[in-house]
Amino acid sequence: MKSFMHKYVFSTDHKMIGLQFLFTAFLFMLFGGLLAMAIRWQLAWPGTKLPVLGVIMPETYNVIFTMHGTFMIFFVVIAIMVGAFANFTVPLLIGAHDMAFPKINMASYWLFFISCVIMLASFFAPGGAAATGWTAYAPVSVKAPMGQSLWLISLIVLGVSSILGSLNYLTTIVNLRAPGMHFFRMPMTVWAIFITAILVLLATPVLTAALAMLLLDRVLDTTFFLAGTGQPVLWQHVFWFYSHPAVYIMILPAMGIASDVLSVFSRKPLFGYHAMVYALSAIAGLGFIVWAHHMFATGLNPTLGTTFMVATMFIAVPTGVKIFNWLGTLWGGSIHFSSAMLNAIAFVSMFVIGGLSGVFLAAASLDIYLHDTYFVVAHIHYVLFGGSLFGIFAGIYYWYPKMFGRMMNEKLGKIHFWLTFVFYNLTFFPMHIIGIHGMPRRFYDYKQYEFLRGLEPLQLLISISAFALFICQLPFVYNFFVNLFVGKKAPNNPWQANTLEWTIPSPAPHLNYAKVPIVYRWPYEYSLPHAKEDWLAQDQP
Amino acid sequence: MKNARSFLLGLGLMMMVGQSLALGATLTGKVHLEGTPPPQEKIKMDADPVCQMQHSSDVFAERWVVNGNGTLRNVLIYIKEGLGDKTFPAPSEPVVLDQKGCQYHPHVMGIQVGQTLKIVNSDDTLHNVHGKTKEMSLFNLAMPFKGLELEQKFEKADMIKFVCEVHPWMAAYAGVFNHPFFAVSGEDGSFEIKNLPAGTYGVEAWHEKLGTQTQNVTVTETDSKAVDFSFKVTE
Amino acid sequence: MLNWWLPEGISTYSGKVDGIFYIILAITGLMFFLVEGAILFFCLRYRHTQHAKATFVEGNTKLEVIWTLIPAAILIFLMFKSQGVWSEMKSHMPANPDLHIEVTAQQFAWNIHYPDSEVTTLNQLHIPVGKKVLVQVTSKDVIHSFFIPQFRLKQDAVPGSKINVWFEATQVGHYELVCAEFCGLAHYRMRGYLKIETPEEFQAWLDQSKKEAEKKGDEDEW
Repeated sequence: MKSFMHKYVFSTDHKMIGLQFLFTAFLFMLFGGLLAMAIRWQLAWPGTKLPVLGVIMPETYNVIFTMHGTFMIFFVVIAIMVGAFANFTVPLLIGAHDMAFPKINMASYWLFFISCVIMLASFFAPGGAAATGWTAYAPVSVKAPMGQSLWLISLIVLGVSSILGSLNYLTTIVNLRAPGMHFFRMPMTVWAIFITAILVLLATPVLTAALAMLLLDRVLDTTFFLAGTGQPVLWQHVFWFYSHPAVYIMILPAMGIASDVLSVFSRKPLFGYHAMVYALSAIAGLGFIVWAHHMFATGLNPTLGTTFMVATMFIAVPTGVKIFNWLGTLWGGSIHFSSAMLNAIAFVSMFVIGGLSGVFLAAASLDIYLHDTYFVVAHIHYVLFGGSLFGIFAGIYYWYPKMFGRMMNEKLGKIHFWLTFVFYNLTFFPMHIIGIHGMPRRFYDYKQYEFLRGLEPLQLLISISAFALFICQLPFVYNFFVNLFVGKKAPNNPWQANTLEWTIPSPAPHLNYAKVPIVYRWPYEYSLPHAKEDWLAQDQP
Repeated sequence: MKNARSFLLGLGLMMMVGQSLALGATLTGKVHLEGTPPPQEKIKMDADPVCQMQHSSDVFAERWVVNGNGTLRNVLIYIKEGLGDKTFPAPSEPVVLDQKGCQYHPHVMGIQVGQTLKIVNSDDTLHNVHGKTKEMSLFNLAMPFKGLELEQKFEKADMIKFVCEVHPWMAAYAGVFNHPFFAVSGEDGSFEIKNLPAGTYGVEAWHEKLGTQTQNVTVTETDSKAVDFSFKVTE
Repeated sequence: MLNWWLPEGISTYSGKVDGIFYIILAITGLMFFLVEGAILFFCLRYRHTQHAKATFVEGNTKLEVIWTLIPAAILIFLMFKSQGVWSEMKSHMPANPDLHIEVTAQQFAWNIHYPDSEVTTLNQLHIPVGKKVLVQVTSKDVIHSFFIPQFRLKQDAVPGSKINVWFEATQVGHYELVCAEFCGLAHYRMRGYLKIETPEEFQAWLDQSKKEAEKKGDEDEW
């Protein structure tokens, strides 16, 4: 019993902690997905009875979209990127035995867990859970019922967890790289997590401060965000100062994962490795000076608006560089369409759409019209679902053998991929159109407006596709959970990949490496001319 | 046979006792208004066509409803003190607050602690019912469709105001009491409080704009007393 | 009734905003087809069964420079395009507007005030066509957003701040005023009515409303 607790619950092993994050996030993905279904039910058939929930009332609807956003952003995507993947991959990919601070790592998970419990408990607060959107704009959030305070406390705890986690990743990457693992021999996944950890470390304290200020406004009657002695728009400044970088916190790791997966399954070096690293850093850096592009409609000084537009437009440059380099990686490759690869290619092609729709929103004068419409909803879902989630699927299909020592079923994986890809686009692409028509976000019943009534067929299409998209995750759930027990035993290196984690047994043993590996080369030596094999592991002299 | 007779006797006795318990004093009276009230405020309902369509004539706010006989409607009269710590069970039938034609019906009401308030939406538009005391907000719920009903109960005596923020002209008031001795002045300005136990009471009349007035009244079991109130409009 | 695209534009600057939309649509549309086309082409051309041995290429500096500079040039072009309209909407308020309106949002209604004639309405925004209207937007309680889709105009109503916006309508008609920033329970129902009239009709309405305007009963303190 004691060993069970030690191994699975209060573990200090980075791999187990990563899996704890992963499984908790899966649970929240289910909750968040169900909430999304409720949103789509309401928008397709307003005021009709839904199983369990009954007729959704506006106050419930507001809770539903608030919690959908909160769960998916903080407890799914960030938890998987910065909790699960960062934990699982960093020590393995750099040839370390564990994290620099294993106990802080355990604390990071358990703080995350406490934060989850508080967030779920808020549903039982008098007046219900928070209902002011995941952005919790003041002063609505100042005046909201008690659930909002629990929401704030939960996110403050979560922030501490993230800060501890990122400290650990940074220290580990800086200090525990295996001999020969120079910075420019690190796989892109590690680079992406390294830069993400810097973002987390710089941005999260600002969010935590903002949350604390809002909490003070609520419980101690301070007036940071109230008109008169405070300023409501200040909340948006501090919130977006975190939350814009947060978008990159959620997407950079996916970029890293996709880069590695694309290279492995194209049997070809990652195109423009250095340029990719610089582009990542540029995106991260620029990410800190664009926050007010979420605020073009607040009436901010027009000159300031111009400044933020310029900075925002420039983010498209390094983003373009990344996309072209991924294309370059595919070009001339010998492409194997594994489930991981399909998802990585989907990541690139969907992220392109999310990036391009961002250009519309960056143009300040056009953003005035598109701001707060479904165009923004489409944009964020192309980045966070089309981008992050396909990246997450790619990562799971790719590292599953190393996580559990068994293989996932490729056929089911492909069925899951194609169904998800098709219904994902049918769900989210039409949202651009209804946004262009002017449909605002967070509307309980859009039919109250005459100019929106004609959107009904599109709303139905979106809702039905969304239900299908939800159901199409069943093959994945089956594939993931059943193969934990019955999957084919995984060899050490099923993908013939070069990075260090594939040199050790699957699943990766406790403390990873029996002997510290020595790194002789970068991770992308695929299809070297004159070589016998089309790959060459990093630890091969 | 003997058993049956004593049973009937007992039953008769119980009925008599029960009746005498139910008996009590009755307070009746009228609420007069002195001076000229401000003209009744016309409500423009063009802010929501659904509301406007339901009215063919002008609609007025119910703050100042003066009857033909110079009496004031919508005044809440209740026993303020004198009941000691007697407790009274809450009636099982609910008080109904209807939202119709984008106005509340009734405009002023009394309700007992623990009694159900049934709020009904008879309009084909969204009303949000926001119940609040002077100190705090109690509940704020949306009623988006016609025919929706919801129920609320109150835990302590207080004055509650109901507003609908979609239609800012809508307002209603409810006095919440620990006892059933309250009434609202009607179309002739009169009110009646029944079944009051013997005792000396402070009787208070409340108007949303004119505030409160209190009188002391002593009644016996079978009294029927008249208590009139008179409010003055000050410029 | 299958209008799923931009709603008709009826302000003097709506056409320019739409112009930027179509320029960006053209450029991003082209990029979309190029990039997705390339992905599709590479996936077919270089699939393992077609191309058993990958070409060993680590990168190409010249390409990197090209695909950094070309998008940068396009984006600079877009910035200048957007900036023109942005500046027209935001930095050049009409010095002598034909009409002043004060809009005060509250949960969940719009108070529309015409300060020159002391007329106040709830949710009824009447304006004359072809006149420059200056609107001062503020809020009583929380942040709302004053959104008239056909004007391509949106301005947050921030409590404690009075923010000016302007527009000039180009045709008469009945439209809707939308609250675009989530403001609470009945946000989706915070709907106003925009009536664009000829200057004569507008004046008649204003005069009539002025006559009808009565002293508002004082609010109680709840």
